Amino acid sequence: MSTLSERILGASAGEYVDRKVDRAYAHDGTGVLALEAWKNMGGNRLAKETELYLQFDHIVPANNSTTANLQHELREFANSSFMHFSDIGGGICHQLMSEGIALPNEILVGADSHSVTLGAFGAFATGVGATDMAAIWLTGETWFRVPESLGIHLAGRLSGAAEAKDLALTYVGKLGTDGATYQALEFVGEGVHGLTMDERLVLSNLSVEAGAKAGLFYADDVTMRYLKEKGHVVIEQVPEPCTYVGELDIDLSDIGPLVAVPHRVDTVRPVQDLAGLPIDQVFVGTCTNGRYSDLARFARIVKGKKVAIRTIVIPASASILAETIRTGVLADIIEAGCTIGTPGCGPCIGYHMGVLGEGEICLSTANRNFRNRMGVGGEIYLASVATAAASALQGEITVPEVT
Amino acid sequence: MQRDPLEGDLNRASLKPRQNTGHAICVPADIDTDVVIAGRYLRTKDRGVWAAHVFEDLDPSLAPRLKGAVIVAGKNFGCGSSREQAAIAIREAGVVAVIAPTFARIFFRNAINIGLPLIEAELSCSEGSNVRFSLDEGWVESEGKRHTIRSLSPRMREILAAGGLVEYWRAHT
Repeated sequence: MSTLSERILGASAGEYVDRKVDRAYAHDGTGVLALEAWKNMGGNRLAKETELYLQFDHIVPANNSTTANLQHELREFANSSFMHFSDIGGGICHQLMSEGIALPNEILVGADSHSVTLGAFGAFATGVGATDMAAIWLTGETWFRVPESLGIHLAGRLSGAAEAKDLALTYVGKLGTDGATYQALEFVGEGVHGLTMDERLVLSNLSVEAGAKAGLFYADDVTMRYLKEKGHVVIEQVPEPCTYVGELDIDLSDIGPLVAVPHRVDTVRPVQDLAGLPIDQVFVGTCTNGRYSDLARFARIVKGKKVAIRTIVIPASASILAETIRTGVLADIIEAGCTIGTPGCGPCIGYHMGVLGEGEICLSTANRNFRNRMGVGGEIYLASVATAAASALQGEITVPEVT
Repeated sequence: MQRDPLEGDLNRASLKPRQNTGHAICVPADIDTDVVIAGRYLRTKDRGVWAAHVFEDLDPSLAPRLKGAVIVAGKNFGCGSSREQAAIAIREAGVVAVIAPTFARIFFRNAINIGLPLIEAELSCSEGSNVRFSLDEGWVESEGKRHTIRSLSPRMREILAAGGLVEYWRAHT
């Protein structure tokens, strides 16, 4: 009897295997080094058996000539190859892969740590560095150590103002930043069936913040419905009895709004404890919380009101941006005094589009609050979309109202 | 035209493991890759920039002291982003090896792929003391005490022996 990781990788935990990668993707950050490594490997061919993607999302549009030159070289390479290429403004690589590309049972590798996001589809999805990606471009394969799995048993339903983000911060807080190092998380239990695909993507996304190699859900009717809308007919993955190296039980109805305080994702406290802390900036977006449902929820809270501080909202992809325009969500957000950025990672990695000044505090819906990440001397508090919206309106950390 | 720091025999040669002894530099647990090399230094291919700013947000005085050093870290070294520049920066600053009870897995792969030896072992760190190790024999020695190290997988040993994954694939294609 196997865990989902063992089933997809076709071997038992602890074994080393070479596997064909179904889809491999890199972005403008890691792609530059991957291209160099691929050339140095003698790179005169690209693996035909693997679907290869290159998506510009980290510094978009280019912020200066150095970035522009690096992106130019990578763009020329992408256009001269058969790689699927998404230029600036298309969206965040993980989000694009989640819009009807990643499928259950696939092996997906991204040159970015948050590639674990796609485990939400019942795929084995993990991150690697640039040189590993270069070898995949060349051969279509890579090696894996089949991970042991940690079972996260979910029961009940989220209630009140709690969001998937609060649930994600809960398990990262419980496991710690290395609680799942070298392991995979499996989200199981009756509580998973009440979670939408968007919510599952949030939970899988944060799994690397507990050190996990992957964070998987079994494909069920929610997965099947989501993918069917995008033109894919897939079958359910039924869990088998299996051995977990550790287990964590979480009752979703116990979850309330949380904040991860600087500079660790696992230092989690109730929003209540920090209420009233003045902030300088709110950032809503990223591969964690930049989806349409996030932006719509944010708009519902700020509609007809005015934010008290600078508030940056960045849709995770162009199709999300288009949907917010069609439905009027975007107008509500702008009329509330927020500003909109190019679909992509925004200021999450501290390059541009909202870098913090020294001593400034940002409440962000992203997934990392490491020291200086969004700017030297800036501090990052991580929270849900509802907490971000309530806090933007007050200019201080604020407990979101139950709507 | 920007100099391509990854080209040329000199740079290739510098990837080979150089020695198996060095002075200990102690760093705490949970060092993330943003601390190893900050995002603000990533948009270049110049390895010298990464080496000059390595660990800047932990201790700005550290970079010049890393030549010939063995970093002895707490658990979960290299957590966070997949940026390979973190491993390259450490290597380029002249670090001989990094020792920690556990490493974040992407950093682990990256380091081996660029030819930076990592050693999974638990030892107390005394700043400046001499640390010796043998990857082949599977031990690390510090302050007269010998510790067993967790062995790398056969594939990782092959990659490291080749000097990195680029060299490995140059030899295999």
